[in-house]
Amino acid sequence: MSAELADLLSALTIFVLAILCGFAVISKVPATLHTPLMSGANSIHGIVLVGSMLIAATATDPLSQVVSLIAVAFATMNVVGGYVVTDRMLQMFRRKPAARRPAEAAADPAPDQPAGPSGA
Amino acid sequence: MDQGTIEALVRLAWLAGAVGFVIGLIRMNSPATARNGNLLSAGGMALAIAATAIFVAQHGASTTAWLIIAVGIAIGGGLGLYAARTVKMTAMPQLVSLFNAVGGGAAALIAIDDYIRLAGEASAIPLRVSVPTVLDIVIGSITFTGSLIASSKLQGLISGKPIVVPGGRLVTIALAAIAAAGSVYLFLGNVSLPVMFVILAAALVFGVTMVLPIGGADMPVVISLLNSFTGTAVAMAGFVIDNPVLIIAGALVGASGAILTNLMADAMNRSVLNIIAGGFGGGEGTVAAVGGAGGSVREVSADDAAIQLAYAQHVIVVPGYGLAVAQAQHQVRELAELLESRGVDVKYAIHPVAGRMPGHMNVLLAEANVPYPQLKEMEEINPEFERADVALVVGANDVTNPAARRPGTPVSGMPILDVDHAKSIVVIKRSMGRGYAGIDNELYTDPKTGMLFADAKEGLASLISAVKAV
Repeated sequence: MSAELADLLSALTIFVLAILCGFAVISKVPATLHTPLMSGANSIHGIVLVGSMLIAATATDPLSQVVSLIAVAFATMNVVGGYVVTDRMLQMFRRKPAARRPAEAAADPAPDQPAGPSGA
Repeated sequence: MDQGTIEALVRLAWLAGAVGFVIGLIRMNSPATARNGNLLSAGGMALAIAATAIFVAQHGASTTAWLIIAVGIAIGGGLGLYAARTVKMTAMPQLVSLFNAVGGGAAALIAIDDYIRLAGEASAIPLRVSVPTVLDIVIGSITFTGSLIASSKLQGLISGKPIVVPGGRLVTIALAAIAAAGSVYLFLGNVSLPVMFVILAAALVFGVTMVLPIGGADMPVVISLLNSFTGTAVAMAGFVIDNPVLIIAGALVGASGAILTNLMADAMNRSVLNIIAGGFGGGEGTVAAVGGAGGSVREVSADDAAIQLAYAQHVIVVPGYGLAVAQAQHQVRELAELLESRGVDVKYAIHPVAGRMPGHMNVLLAEANVPYPQLKEMEEINPEFERADVALVVGANDVTNPAARRPGTPVSGMPILDVDHAKSIVVIKRSMGRGYAGIDNELYTDPKTGMLFADAKEGLASLISAVKAV
């Protein structure tokens, strides 16, 4: 067996096991969590940033450089935006009814008001 | 440290990142640990990216390369952070879709870049390279344009209604055939940049024609499906550049996204295939089938409804899509608190697909500071409707239609909230307009029901001032 074929087979092994793992980790999720869970999974495929950085590192011609720049920017947007937005959603689920209101009303502008400085 | 050791450490860091993703996803299965799970996943991501930076430095990247990486991260990170921090909770679904689009786009770009490079060097590309490369380009491109269309539909940039062009389905099939034929040509060992670009173009247009005929209310399932696609495209990108962490994370998202898509579709009582086939609701023919509901509609004034609410003991609020669209979550909370201060027991009945996507209503109400224990899931609240003096329906339609219990209607078999079991019902709704299923709601003609015709926000505001005056 050639070294290349061996590499391919080990990559395929990882791929198949990761798929099975993906099937297993999503069990009986309450509908409440469907949106955050989708958003959380969405952030994970931001791992494509690793690949984008690797192609940027070896890009020499202008076309390749432009392509990798866009790829890095896209992937970073996926990573950063995905995790921040998921956290914003989940943070709301954790709120204890007792500890809310006065402090938070000041820190958290109501969405129908124009976004204040704290919203940016 | 020598190069070998560093490379080994980088690979171990990638592995640790992947472990973070898996454990993070497991912890996101339950509300109590979900936030912690997301942070764990983010930590894994940060570790993997830092390790990659070390790897790149170790291989002596040029200044230009570092500049590309830095500028790309600054632009993408800035945009992502800004969008994520400023988005309104009601606009969440389209933002997730936008992030999904760029993720898929990045995955496709990796394969495109790799193919251009290979085509310049090699006269033949082996199957083990061409298969993942082509799959990455096709899946990544479909996700890119498909997610952008889904996002625009939810944002209202293009109509949320199913857009059906005569012969549109033929175009979609033709595009799939072109992409398939091009792929086979490349798999046979041919190296051709033009053919690669034809495949790319066909896949990009396919993404558009696939999502356009699907109605806005089905978008959550479509976004989840495209999310799963992106995962698969990223895994393919992992094969293309031979990187294990991309393969693991991509396969993980591809598989878990597929399961989640199915769960979402189940909650809406639809099959994924049925949704992709599109055109549900809003079409001709579905409306006439029901008929017979006839009956007269009783309209109530805000004052009458306020008296009913103020002197009730148990009130169940049923928030729906209309509340999400009108962003009336703060008003509904204010009304509930007002009633509670008068000694009324208030609960919220949350249908699994209330709002714009599954679980969305919980997020909206949580944002408005509604105490979490007051939010009741469908199975839990349904037996309680019998004891409710008033059920207040705010902008919910199909999920309350008793016709779902009978066979032969477009909503048949869909799990519904038993609102019609309440002693009396007040519905805040803008008009008698039909819901997404395109049929009349028999609840509205029930003698126990009073209709308060208003936008969710205005209707609630008038109820609030009327209750204060009681």
